[in-house]
Amino acid sequence: MTATREGADTRRATASTRTVRAPLYRPSDFRWVHDVERCARCKRCVQQCGFNAIRWEDGPVADPAKCVGCHRCEVFCPQEAITISPNPQYFRPHPLWTESHRKNLWVQAETGGVLLTGMGNDLPYPILWDHLLLDACQVTNPSIDPLREPMELRTFLGRRPDQVEVTITEEGVRLATEIAPGLELETPILFAAMSYGSISLNAQKAIALAAEECGIYWNTGEGGLHEDLKPYAHRAFVQCASGRFGVTADYLNSGAAIEIKIGQGAKPGIGGHLPGEKVSPQVSETRMIPVGSDALSPAPQHDIYSIEDLRQLIYALKEASNYEKPVSVKIAAVHNVAAIASGIVRAGADILYIDGFRGGTGAAPTTIRDHLGIPIEIALAVVDQQLREEGIRNQASIIAAGGIRSSADAAKAIALGADAVAVGTGALLALGCTLCQRCYTGRCSWGITTQDPVLTRRLDPYLGSRRLINLIRAWSAELEEILGAMGVNAVESLRGSRERLRAVGLDRTTLDILGVKPAGVGA
Amino acid sequence: MSSLCAFSASFASPRLMVLFLKEAAMRIDADNMHYRELNARIREAVAAGETHLDLVNVNGQRYLGDGIQGAVEMVVHGVPGNDLGAFMDGPTIRVRGNAQDAVANTMNAGRILVEGDAGDVLGYGMRGGELFVRGRVGYRVGIHMKAFRDKMPVVIVGGTAGDFLSEYMAGGLLIVLGLDRRKGEPLVGEWCATGMHGGALYLRGAIEEWRVASKFAAVRPAEDKDLAGIRPHVSAFCEAFGLDEAAIMQEEFLKIAPISHRPYGAKYAA
Amino acid sequence: MSRTDFDRGRRAISGCGLSGMMSLTGERVDGRAIRSSIAILHERSNGLGGGFACYGIYPERADQFALHIMYDTPDAQDRTEALLSEEFDVDLDERIPTRANRNIVNPPMLMRYFVLPRALQLYELGCSAEDFVLERVMRINAEIPGAYVFSSGKNMGAFKAVGYAQDIADYFRLEEYSAYIWIAHGRFPTNTPGWWAGAHPFTLLDWAVVHNGEISSYGINRRYLEMFGYRCTMRTDTEVMAYLLDLLIRRHELPVEVACDVMAAPFWEQIDRMPEAKRRLYSALRQVYGGALVNGPFAIIFGRQGQMVGVNDRIKLRPLVAARKDSWFYISSEEAGIRAMCPRPDLVWAPRAGQPVIGRLGSDVVIGEPGAEAYLETVGARAAGGVA
Repeated sequence: MTATREGADTRRATASTRTVRAPLYRPSDFRWVHDVERCARCKRCVQQCGFNAIRWEDGPVADPAKCVGCHRCEVFCPQEAITISPNPQYFRPHPLWTESHRKNLWVQAETGGVLLTGMGNDLPYPILWDHLLLDACQVTNPSIDPLREPMELRTFLGRRPDQVEVTITEEGVRLATEIAPGLELETPILFAAMSYGSISLNAQKAIALAAEECGIYWNTGEGGLHEDLKPYAHRAFVQCASGRFGVTADYLNSGAAIEIKIGQGAKPGIGGHLPGEKVSPQVSETRMIPVGSDALSPAPQHDIYSIEDLRQLIYALKEASNYEKPVSVKIAAVHNVAAIASGIVRAGADILYIDGFRGGTGAAPTTIRDHLGIPIEIALAVVDQQLREEGIRNQASIIAAGGIRSSADAAKAIALGADAVAVGTGALLALGCTLCQRCYTGRCSWGITTQDPVLTRRLDPYLGSRRLINLIRAWSAELEEILGAMGVNAVESLRGSRERLRAVGLDRTTLDILGVKPAGVGA
Repeated sequence: MSSLCAFSASFASPRLMVLFLKEAAMRIDADNMHYRELNARIREAVAAGETHLDLVNVNGQRYLGDGIQGAVEMVVHGVPGNDLGAFMDGPTIRVRGNAQDAVANTMNAGRILVEGDAGDVLGYGMRGGELFVRGRVGYRVGIHMKAFRDKMPVVIVGGTAGDFLSEYMAGGLLIVLGLDRRKGEPLVGEWCATGMHGGALYLRGAIEEWRVASKFAAVRPAEDKDLAGIRPHVSAFCEAFGLDEAAIMQEEFLKIAPISHRPYGAKYAA
Repeated sequence: MSRTDFDRGRRAISGCGLSGMMSLTGERVDGRAIRSSIAILHERSNGLGGGFACYGIYPERADQFALHIMYDTPDAQDRTEALLSEEFDVDLDERIPTRANRNIVNPPMLMRYFVLPRALQLYELGCSAEDFVLERVMRINAEIPGAYVFSSGKNMGAFKAVGYAQDIADYFRLEEYSAYIWIAHGRFPTNTPGWWAGAHPFTLLDWAVVHNGEISSYGINRRYLEMFGYRCTMRTDTEVMAYLLDLLIRRHELPVEVACDVMAAPFWEQIDRMPEAKRRLYSALRQVYGGALVNGPFAIIFGRQGQMVGVNDRIKLRPLVAARKDSWFYISSEEAGIRAMCPRPDLVWAPRAGQPVIGRLGSDVVIGEPGAEAYLETVGARAAGGVA
């Protein structure tokens, strides 16, 4: 006999602290297919799997329930003897109760817990980039060949004055206006914020090295700045997030810019959680918290409950850095993003970083990641328009992020009004990620979102940085091609020029919000 | 300079100490001065080697001491604005009156003494140094204080505190003494220690159990070794404000400590 | 591309600074002290809105409703004045005196009217003069484009504009008015930056509210109020505060403290710990007035004839400080704001979350001030007005 009626009445258990073990069919998403004929019995697959899904029993044997589909074994098998394929179990189809909904519910019934996931929203909401097309020049206006002619991608981020004043001196014309401190980038692309703790030190090193080489910037995320990365701090946004991990006056002064993290696209409105198992001795040192304890970044920042509080923190940081660093504020794209952005700019921010709902994360509750926020295309359009209408667009630069997949997405973002785009998921893909969405386990076989030294040493920072540099260079070259095809030779001629975009398959209201004409309508 | 400090510390009367400090201190009159100018002047003075500053006619100027490093002493006459000592790393500030909100925000090292009351969100993310407030404090005090290795932040409140005391505390020491309480005034508010996962909170006196978030923290009477641990800090507090340490340490203290360093461990599905 | 279609129903966020001062004996002073207080809170605003409310400024017309109205167009003025002459006896109409100020630009036409409802109409309708005025004010604001009644009480007035509060005080020549309550606001808005009517205070009859914070329950507060005939037209969430006060205190006749307990309601875990009789009251209040619970960070100062009240949200996410000196009572977002009006107060304290501080004309005791019980025990305290 189990719990009595009386017991049931007097206990006040909360769902999250009780789990009930019941027999449950837990289907697995992947099938591990092994060609015995080809197998060289090298055991490399057993060693390479970060999730302990493969064991050796006179040959490799996989536990499908543990396979997350990261493809590490498949890639590293010298005989190409492994194939990861979808598990073809057949559930009677239902348009409302999709397989995914059923599986999630079963897990919740079993554990009573909040479902966690990693990376960005994977639900089939419309992707507006795929409805926008860029213009090209023809006949009436010549295109430009980037192979022969200079094509300028240089971008500045920071606060700009309304006008420039000059003085005439004996030596000639001299600049009288002081331009506030800002950042210079060789191309309008940056690396998004990914904290040390959510990703490995080697991954962060690769990113920092690439940023230095490409003349762009990286972002410490909320994990503080590791000793080894201090030489690259001058190319970093140093973040001041709600947990204030590693935030000291020295830290603030070592970066190129200081960023206040209010939110991120993957989890608007909620805080961050680095589980204790990812707090290794090195993470502990950098964040200045004890080994093994959870690193909780509370939501919200506890000294920001109103817009004037944000202004207060912005100026506290400016004072601490003697007004020498631009201050960036990072927000998630939500319904009221235009008004929030206006408030942030008026509060003194020099850069506004907007992260759309497709933005990635190392760990977020699935329900938050999948159902909160708005697309970056829309957020960018309304923020840019709002700031222009208020006459304050020049007071802060806009960085757009949240699912920028290619140079085409970047070009469209710039056309909508972004000064630059930030790439997070794309950078991790360049380092080997296959988007299995299990970052939160800390078992990443590719050594990216883990702190386990056995796994992290698989990621060589130098080789990783070469791949990232390749990515940035490739996208920059493509941007040059795009600009040339559009007949402009400087990125500022595309920036905010919605006239160079046309939309296909969007309704009237969305077109109005984006400020873009439908394809077919001329100049 | 060090002999000067030792000498002045032995004075029981703050007034005499101020007189003494004034002789050696650089005076800055903040009347009608915007905080930006005032802070620029303070930074200039510190860069020029000044070690004692007397700021008079202060009313509401923010960010005093923000980001300043080194062994500088400042006395504030008047009410300093928000974010006093934010990101501060070493100096000592004494406020001859009340302070406002966000004192010692993310402070790394140093000492702030407030002779009156102070406001909300004090010591947010504080990592080291001391904040001593003679009077009452407001809401969300000690939120996310954190200690690391030899750095330990200490906040001592002479009076009472409001709701959400030591919320999210990750490390350090917070003590509330409850001196000069009014009739019926509680020692602390509600939702004390929610999210606490490190550090310790000591209360001098009794409170009702429901004031402390039992999901996160456990309350028990402080033991001798606990008291031995906090005594040096209480002693420093008494010295700073001319109080009777023996009378204070005579009372019963409660110790509130986190149940787990992983308070949300059970929240998520595997 | 015009965005006015999307503006409809969009609300401004605002962060702000608040100040208030009241003479408990009814002593009237000019606007210079309040001006210096709100000026000190400069960092809390961004120069896109500010305003003042003051009580006791029209003593010779104390029985008449003083309507302050702003007009964007002459047509708005004509239509409004036509309505006024139909519905009211207008004893005096005149421009509100102003002084040119280079920081206050593009002013609308600013008029004030001293009126009483037409006696016959009132008799026929059978409603109170207040409800009569309320309905007409709502009608003008909702139905006459370009016309906004920004003050509609007796012997009181609101003065507000786009700009920094100090400049607004100079613009409206507030040093020429004598009042025993002054309330001020400096705003940090984002939306509708050019719209004078969007500044605080928000008024209705003799209620005036200034607000720091954002109401995350606005959607339901608004729909709840609409059931009672209030129409939200000011595109700022503070509006619902003014109407909730009118509903709860004037129409439903709840004491001020209880109204505050509806808006900043105690948590269920706190109600469960109350003694029986109190618990029944608060349970009932929460059940009946769920739509009037104001969620989100807020600090407000509100006034009505004879009272000034300050109150916070139930977890005090916005600052508020109060003070006493002799028979004066002060409230401000920051202590520095109080000291600008009163350099050496006798007592300074921080009100608790959800518990109002209430100054009442004729009572030397401020409800919510520390030691108030001690005051009551002294001889003469009851004669001074007792406790509500």
